Amino acid sequence: MAAPQFEAALGRYLPLEIGGKRHRLYLEEAGSGIPLLCLHTAGSDGRQFRGLMNDKALTSQFRVIAFDLPWHGKSSPPAGWQEGEYRLTSRAYLDTVMAVIDALGLERPVCMGCSIGGRIVLHLALEHPQRFRALIGLESAAHAQAYYDLDWLHRPDVHGGEVCGAMISGLIAPMVPPSERWETIWHYMQGGPGVFKGDLHFYTQDGDVRGRLSAIDTQACPLYLLTGEYDYSCSPADSRELAARIKGAKLTVMERLGHFPMSEDPPLFLSYLRPILAEIRAAAR
Amino acid sequence: MPQGIAAMLPELANANGELVRRGRFLEVTFLLEIGADAYLIRIHRGRLESMEPGPHVQPRWTFALRAPAAAWAKFWQAVPPPGAHDLIAMLKSGDLRLQGDQHPFMANLRYFKELLALPRAAGAPERR
Repeated sequence: MAAPQFEAALGRYLPLEIGGKRHRLYLEEAGSGIPLLCLHTAGSDGRQFRGLMNDKALTSQFRVIAFDLPWHGKSSPPAGWQEGEYRLTSRAYLDTVMAVIDALGLERPVCMGCSIGGRIVLHLALEHPQRFRALIGLESAAHAQAYYDLDWLHRPDVHGGEVCGAMISGLIAPMVPPSERWETIWHYMQGGPGVFKGDLHFYTQDGDVRGRLSAIDTQACPLYLLTGEYDYSCSPADSRELAARIKGAKLTVMERLGHFPMSEDPPLFLSYLRPILAEIRAAAR
Repeated sequence: MPQGIAAMLPELANANGELVRRGRFLEVTFLLEIGADAYLIRIHRGRLESMEPGPHVQPRWTFALRAPAAAWAKFWQAVPPPGAHDLIAMLKSGDLRLQGDQHPFMANLRYFKELLALPRAAGAPERR
């Protein structure tokens, strides 16, 4: 019998107290070196970073870590979840990211988040710049206006998995490999009832940082922005507006990619990410 | 008879077994507007049963999808440009207007996105 050919990523469960509540968090990691903490999009989970965890060139220099937010993927909602509506807030999201960093003892990691994750890195830049080596916002804007009635995402007469998957399908660039497109959509189809909608509370309301951008100091912590040209939720124009308001922020618009670059076409996304990571490594020496 | 790219829809839809299967619980009549051309499209158990070009006398439909001809032409390019590549993207930009009772559209969103994109895969002529 040949030995099984496992992928590099190892997954574990981490009991963690966040905001005074016990949580059971699932996280995966691969590689060693500078910690690269990856934050998934609204309504999805850490599997979006599978391509990065399987990239040997990346994992030879970085410890790539992705956790599933509470309520997402294999991370459970806290006990008593059945009694209320899930709504992600800036406070809860910040507390979760910092609790993971503290629990793992990560020393000045790079934090890279996409969409809601691209928003929370702006909050991290404001509140904890000294804790990070660099921040990378994928599909990052200071605010997003809801462009459809979010109630469609969670009501008993519309299948949540079907509508969430179909809704986000258009945020993927049309030319990416079909297998990666449908893997990305599948994660959305697997989301719990109301979870995508609850994340969008942060994305469209609670997480608005438009009024605080001038306080972001990229000297204290470098900020990189990467946005896919086919993203109409956080469009290149939205990211350009963001970059224009933060002195020192470096924006790259990625061709042939959409709102989920790391999951839509990992090799293409990595071609945009590698020079940024090389710059971060060079600065660390 | 429907004209241009829209004329391809009934045959493309009904030849697509997976689309018809996914729409097997779908019963709806909707209005598709391509600029000045309007079509009443009747879906029965996932099959595109009829597509009547206007002018319509007292048309009855559950929901309407209206966009300028130029917007549909971009949407139907083999590789559509950003913003013209998806119905919801066109809704956000204002190129597409969705009116009426949206429930069957939203409950079958994948069906309608794929139905209306069929001419793209069929090699619709590029018009810029």
